[in-house]
Amino acid sequence: MSYNSIVLVKQVPDTANLSGEVMRKDGTMNRAKLPAIFNPEDKVALEVALQVKDKYGGKVKVITMGPPKASDVLRECLYMGADETFLVSDRKFAGADTQATSYVISQAIRKVGDYDLVFAGRQAIDGDTAQVGPQTAEKLGIPQITYAEEIVDLRDGRITVKRRIDGGHEVLESPLPVLITVIKSAATPRSFKAKRAMAMKNARSLPELDRITESNSLRNIEDLKEEYTSNNLYIPTYMVDDLDVDPDRCGLAGSPTKVHKVEYVVLEGGEHENFEPTKEGIGHLVDKLMHDHIFG
Amino acid sequence: MKKLSKEVWVFVEQHAGKPAEVSFELLSKGRKLADKLSGTLKAVVIGHNVQAIAKDTFSYGAKEVLLADHPDLKDYKTLPYSRIVSDLVSRHQPRIVLYGATFVGRDLAPRVASFTRSGLTADCTDLQIADVTYLRKDYPALLLQIRPAFGGNVIATIITPDVPVQMATVREGVMEKVATEPSSEGKITDIPYIPDEMAAVINIIERYHEESKVNLKAAPIIVAGGYGIGSKDNFSLLHELADLIGGEVAGSRAAVDAGFIPPNRQVGQTGVTVRPKLYIACGISGAIQHRAGMKNAKKIIAINIDHDAPIFDVCHYGIVGDAMEVVPMFMEAYRHKLK
Repeated sequence: MSYNSIVLVKQVPDTANLSGEVMRKDGTMNRAKLPAIFNPEDKVALEVALQVKDKYGGKVKVITMGPPKASDVLRECLYMGADETFLVSDRKFAGADTQATSYVISQAIRKVGDYDLVFAGRQAIDGDTAQVGPQTAEKLGIPQITYAEEIVDLRDGRITVKRRIDGGHEVLESPLPVLITVIKSAATPRSFKAKRAMAMKNARSLPELDRITESNSLRNIEDLKEEYTSNNLYIPTYMVDDLDVDPDRCGLAGSPTKVHKVEYVVLEGGEHENFEPTKEGIGHLVDKLMHDHIFG
Repeated sequence: MKKLSKEVWVFVEQHAGKPAEVSFELLSKGRKLADKLSGTLKAVVIGHNVQAIAKDTFSYGAKEVLLADHPDLKDYKTLPYSRIVSDLVSRHQPRIVLYGATFVGRDLAPRVASFTRSGLTADCTDLQIADVTYLRKDYPALLLQIRPAFGGNVIATIITPDVPVQMATVREGVMEKVATEPSSEGKITDIPYIPDEMAAVINIIERYHEESKVNLKAAPIIVAGGYGIGSKDNFSLLHELADLIGGEVAGSRAAVDAGFIPPNRQVGQTGVTVRPKLYIACGISGAIQHRAGMKNAKKIIAINIDHDAPIFDVCHYGIVGDAMEVVPMFMEAYRHKLK
């Protein structure tokens, strides 16, 4: 028996590798220096889905919501072996919190349809909320298994999953469909397949094709879309009108939480005492600590 | 607009009949928030034979416990627990609901927020009540949900202006647990639970606890390493120092991500919040998420080769140098003084 998976991925700023270049001295951020990457745990989720496909057969489809540039991670998914990818992109989706994001994504999942498993990373490194997975499951009306570490078994329409809990593990068995969020230790993402990378490197989403027509007035978007589709290089793109969504529940308007204030972290330059990195300097420090009864 | 509730609810988490510390910390904070709203603090307790936990919440200011007690509810399961909390929230529309940012809280809260279409902010490092003007509209007594964001380069204040229920999760150790003096009285309201089909779709096949030997919160001294330590091997030097001076070893998120140290030793916004007597930060630049987890240590020593590293802004004693060279000198000096 084969199983179809839908994987949810996100392109994120690489917050883990913040260099000095990104942070300016006044505490503001130089966003241009912030590289965008494939959210690491989402890549693990794709790997887990591909392993299900390798073992049982079925299709792996990937959905991302984001700006046109997010097409980059979809191409990476194609290089790794995803069968099909979908870009969900519209100005009306921008500024969404997890509630509005999970709403649009759940409607995109319904549109893509025909799934047994939905996989996602536990959380994205830019917000670390871990909310979109469970909120998407709730909106689809399906069960969820978060913090999954291993698929133990998959048979007769039921899946057995080992997941992390506070101070240990538990093994759960669930019917399908189910949404599963995975942690880093669940799998090691495979590298790109050279052949697939060669074949798919020209895959383009709708906003990317739009850009081609903008720079070349001889090309018309419908023809271009048809040409890419017939070459299997079109990344289907869903905008607000393509999905069965209430615009009032999308984007910033549909987000119950709002950012009221953002303060750049201005370093207080607090007073501290300096010690030289020498035997003598450190001796003084240890004296001081002993004097303050810090030890024992 | 419908009149808004003044109730503050805390979801009280329990494992095998033992309440989670974070729940009492949240009750303590919730009590202050309820006072600001001139409202009531209530606890939601779900489990089996958990009357004692329900009563414990009175000592932290809960005036009422909504108690769902049933054999099927002994262990946390997403679907029955989220159905109970979702039903309660839908019916009573409390103004604020707080959850621990634990494995359970982070599984439960988003599901409830989704069902009730409430706002939810994860991993808050501070919660306050304030009148807010947002887009030229006045909102009295909103919950300010304060958390580092965007890789910790900014502190964001999140509000939930236009929906009745404001939810937030908070990590263990962030809020302080304070019992009420004298201990107050409250009432217990039983919430009937009738198992439905969905409740039983997921079975727990087995559950095992690996007793965590790490207790960073209780450690008087913490020797912490960052990405600057360079490798897992280099971390052994920090273990040596910790053994010598009677401390525990911890790491920044970057050190955890790099595999230098296991995740249960991570200090910071998404790790553990600690308040030791002495915190020695080695090769840690001091991103705000890390500082959120250690800035309340009594004494902080920062060792870093970059004299501009933000860690120097929260430390009491600074050493500009390579931790790999400074730590051995520190151990030698310590041994020498002990003699």
